[in-house]
This record gives sequence, C-alpha cells and structure tokens, in this order.
Amino acid sequence: MTAQSVKTPDAPAPAKLLEMHRAMVLIRRFEEAVRVLATAGAVPGLVHLCAGQEATNVGVIAALEPRDAIASHHRGHGHCLARGAPVDGLMAEILGKETGMCGGRSGSMHVIDLERNNLGTNGIVGGGIPLAAGAALSARARGSDAASVCFFGDGALNQGLLHECMNMAAIWKLAVVFVCENNGYGEFTAIDDVTAGPSLLARGEVFGIPSSMVDGMDVRAVHEAARGAVARARAGQGPSFIICNTWRFGGHHVGDKQDYKDDAEARAWRARDPILKSAAQLQDEGHASEADLRAVEHEADALVKRAVEAARAAPEPAPQRLLEHVHG
Amino acid sequence: MTKMSHAEALVTAILDSMAADADVVLLGRPLGLGPQRMLMSRLTDRFEDRVYDPPVCEAGNAALGVGAAMAGIRPFVDLSTGSFSFLAFSQIINEAAVSNYMTAGKIPVPVTFHCLEGVRGGGAPQHSQNIHAFVWNTAGLEILAPSCPADMYGLTRAALASNNPTFIMNHAKLMAVEGDVPDDRAAIPIGKADIKRRGKDVTIVALSLMVGLALQAAEELAKEGIDVEVVDPRTLAPLDEETILASVARTGRLVVVDETNMQGSIASGIAGMVAERGFRSLKAAVQRVARPDTPVPFSAPMEAFLLPTHETIMAAVKRTLV
Repeated sequence: MTAQSVKTPDAPAPAKLLEMHRAMVLIRRFEEAVRVLATAGAVPGLVHLCAGQEATNVGVIAALEPRDAIASHHRGHGHCLARGAPVDGLMAEILGKETGMCGGRSGSMHVIDLERNNLGTNGIVGGGIPLAAGAALSARARGSDAASVCFFGDGALNQGLLHECMNMAAIWKLAVVFVCENNGYGEFTAIDDVTAGPSLLARGEVFGIPSSMVDGMDVRAVHEAARGAVARARAGQGPSFIICNTWRFGGHHVGDKQDYKDDAEARAWRARDPILKSAAQLQDEGHASEADLRAVEHEADALVKRAVEAARAAPEPAPQRLLEHVHG
Repeated sequence: MTKMSHAEALVTAILDSMAADADVVLLGRPLGLGPQRMLMSRLTDRFEDRVYDPPVCEAGNAALGVGAAMAGIRPFVDLSTGSFSFLAFSQIINEAAVSNYMTAGKIPVPVTFHCLEGVRGGGAPQHSQNIHAFVWNTAGLEILAPSCPADMYGLTRAALASNNPTFIMNHAKLMAVEGDVPDDRAAIPIGKADIKRRGKDVTIVALSLMVGLALQAAEELAKEGIDVEVVDPRTLAPLDEETILASVARTGRLVVVDETNMQGSIASGIAGMVAERGFRSLKAAVQRVARPDTPVPFSAPMEAFLLPTHETIMAAVKRTLV
C-alpha cells in the first residue's frame, strides 16, 4: 500500500525520548499498584492492566497534540496516563471514589477525560473505534486539523464495527488513525484461534487504507509509525491503520490464572520488555545515566504512592446522589 | 400558521437548526421521506458539506454521531427504519445514554437519533417494530414521539438544541399527514405533555400515530354524550407525569393507547404509574390499548386485526364507564 508522501517530522529529540520513557515507567508502576490493590479486594469489579503494552500507549500518544482526540478500550489506564490524566484522579476513579476523575461513576473501564480530548476507556470491545472516527467528523465540521486515534485490541479485529468505521473513514477521508494493540489474546483466547485470513493488515488494505505493522515493544518504532499516520491525517489524506505487536504481561484481568500461556512464551516476551529496551537505548546513546533512570523510577513510585494513599482515604460517593447527571 | 406535511416539518426543522447552528450536521439521507424525497434537496442545496450520505451500517452511523457529539458538534443521525435501530443499540444505550452520567456531568452527548418506526403496512416482522418501548427502559435519553407536523417541527428543533442524547421516534404512517405549523418556528420544551382535546369524562393518553385515532374516537364518543380528554405526552422521557395525573384527577378514568406490544409497553408503564400515584383519583380500572404480544404478520387482514383502531379505543373508554 503506497501513501502519498507526507513528510514525517524529524527524529525525536533526546528530551522527547526521555519523556516517553518516563511515561512508560509511570504506567508500569501505576499498573503494579492497581494489581496490588485489586488483589487485596480494594477495586470493585474486574480490572484490566496494560503492563507490557506501555510502548504502544506512549509511542502513539507522544505523536499527538493537545487538540487531537483519542479513544481507548478496557485496558486503558496507560492511554489515560500517557495523555496526561492526573495520577491521583485516575487511581481514585479506579477505586470508585468521589474524588475520581468521574466522581466514581465510571471506574476503570469507562473513565472519560474530555479536558485532554480523551473520549474514554470503554467496556465494549471495539466501542471506542467509532467514537474516534466521530471526533474526526467533528474536527472536519469545525474546520480543525485535529486528528484522532482509536486504540483497540486484536479481539476487536473481528468486530463488524471496525470494518464499518474503516469504510466510512476511507470514503470521507477522516483524520483518524486506527491502532491495533495486538497482544496475542482476546480475553483468554489466542488470536490465531479466532481470526481468519493470512494477513491482519489486509483488514485495512481492503479499504485502501495505508496499513503497517510495527514492533509494539519498541516505543521508537511505534512513535515513528504514529507520527507518519498523524501527519497524513492532518494533511487531509485520510485514515491509517497500524498494528503494534505486543504482549500482555498479566492476564485478561487481575486474578486471571493465565493457564493458556506457557513459560517459554512468557520468557521470550518479557525479555523484550519495552521499558528495559528504552532504558538500554537511552544509556547507550548517552541520553541518560543509570542515576537519571533510577530517578525516573523514584519519581513514578512517589506519584503512585501518593495517589494510592489519597484514593484509599478518599470518600465514597453519597448513594443519595444516584439520580444526578442522568440528563445534562 | 403554515400548512405542511409531517415530513416537510421534519426537513424544515433540520434546515432551520442547521441555519441557526453551524455545529448541526446531518448523517443520513433520505430520512425515510419516501415519495417526498425531493424535500431532501432543500438540505443538500444549502448545506451540502454538512449532509453525509452514509453506507448502510447502523452501528457505525450511530456511533460516529456519538463520537462527534462527544467532541462537540450536534449530529442528527438517521437510523432509517426503526427495526434497523437494533443494530445500533449498543451505541445508543451503552455509549450515548450513559456518558453524561458516568462522567458525573462532564461529557454531555448532544446527538439526535431519528427513525421511522411502527406498523407501516405490509412491513412484516422485520420492518414494523415499534422500538420506543425498548428504548424507554434506558435512562439518560430524551425520547420524543411527535404526533403532528407542529410537534414534529418543534420537537426536532428542541432535540437539536438539547445537550442530551435525544431519540425522535417518528411513525412511518405520519410522514404524509398534513397539519399547521406555527410561524414562530419555536422549539417545544422537552418533558411537556400537550392536551390535544379538553374533556371531563375520561382521559385518553395516546402517543404518536395513536393520538389521531384517539381524537377520532373522542369525536365519535362526543356524539354519544361522552366527553373525552386526549393527552399527548409528546416526550416519553422525561415523561410529564404531572399533566397526566392532573387530567386523571379531573376525569377519574384513564385509557392508555400505544401501538407497541402490550408487554412492556408505554401503555403498561403509564397505567402502572397512575395506579401508584393517582389511585385515589380513579373511579374505574385503567384500560390499556396496545397490540397483542406477537410479531407483526405480513398478511394485511392479520395486520389490521392486531392494530389499535378508533373503535377499539372507543370500546376501552366505554369499559371505564360501566
């Protein structure tokens, strides 16, 4: 698939690379804290963690401007954080507290953050895809060059809605980037068991959408692909489709025993940890010392620790306020 | 007053809303206009770049509208035949209806959905669904059911100005019906019932196409000395319970008419509400007029047999007077 050429901006500066690394570390530490809280029974309902997939979250979102929109999915804490959501507000929301970003009404799977043009995590597989396409329609109606990105997992490749939206985005040249975070499993099922056809990219190509596959464990590779796609979108050349191959370090949700994965697979993917890779690159290139990297981790730990403490201490929403906000 | 068809009132309301607000975008044509589809050119001639002709993919159309509304504009999404709206239910119910609530009021979704529902004649099971009762069971939507061109116009203007997700349940058989539309071209407040006929003996609450049948029944009953009041809720959600209860308080008798299946119908819901909140006003058992609980058959005589008519409404009124 050849795209009309749109110049991709120059390679990221060292400060940007360090910023992406910092964002990935924050997500990893945040998710570890949520895992501990959920295991201890402090999180109502199921919670889906994105540890292992940080590079796909951060690499794409680092290519966006504040005016651009994103739509996420049920494994979406990383997208929220990469987009700049307050750490304490997100943690409190996951615990269902009044101080959460949505007052405890949304929880992990439905948190929406319009201040950062984040149309939300989403409890319906594929649910965010048309929301991002719709945001692109809104941008066009208002004469804005804003782009939008929808993240979805490999499970959503088999949702009809994806194909409906790719078709509409292509015929109307909507400024939307379709990002599939292919972590190999839809819930508890390996993608190969439920997904027909020799080529996943063909699912974009059939609509004439420029489609590419990148190493989702390499934040720089993801970032470069995303920058190209966003530049195309902004230039009015329509949608792109990027498949980021990645791996979920945990189960479908906290508590999933993952008997469908084997040890060799886990070892191989963990050796490709996107944060270890990014850290090694930054050190090798002289952009960060070991002490710098340790400082990044301490900073993330401190932010997360404060957020956990604040969220645990925060009040529950008053049940009497149940009827508020049914209508705007 | 200007005389226009129900369809023309719909198109005129969309046109006036698009002229008043550059954020109003139409996703869907030809709006089920049928033989009146020439009206569509009024919209495309003036606002071609804001009228999208989407592929047939109801879920995608609905959800694109929801996303666009979350991002700020005011899309009017036509879902075509009501029966097809089921394909878009997740987008309407899991996305549009709940966003404002689950963000504690931060993300309103000013999208308007529209469909042509109801028993249209020969539609058989897959083109005859009344979907308003399904949707009525969802909190967070404003559901509008216009019964005449004036209400079609005013409610559409209100829907496109509302910050909430709205769903216009338009009856297919109304599109050709003509009536007067006020020249002030104003929106009708959402949540306000309209008393279409004043009367003192029996209250009929009827909606959409059933309002016309109720008025016809009232005229016939007047000849027999029975004075009927006809209340049109106009908006099913929020429902103007107070106007209905006040009418029942005056008459003491209630008949509720709804074209959908009896089970889970608006007729059942309103009857239950009045039984609970207006029990002391009632002088007789509430009568419900709705369809039997079957799919809609293709056969013309079978279809005619199951529909409410002015005669079945008259019979129900008389049952309250025994």
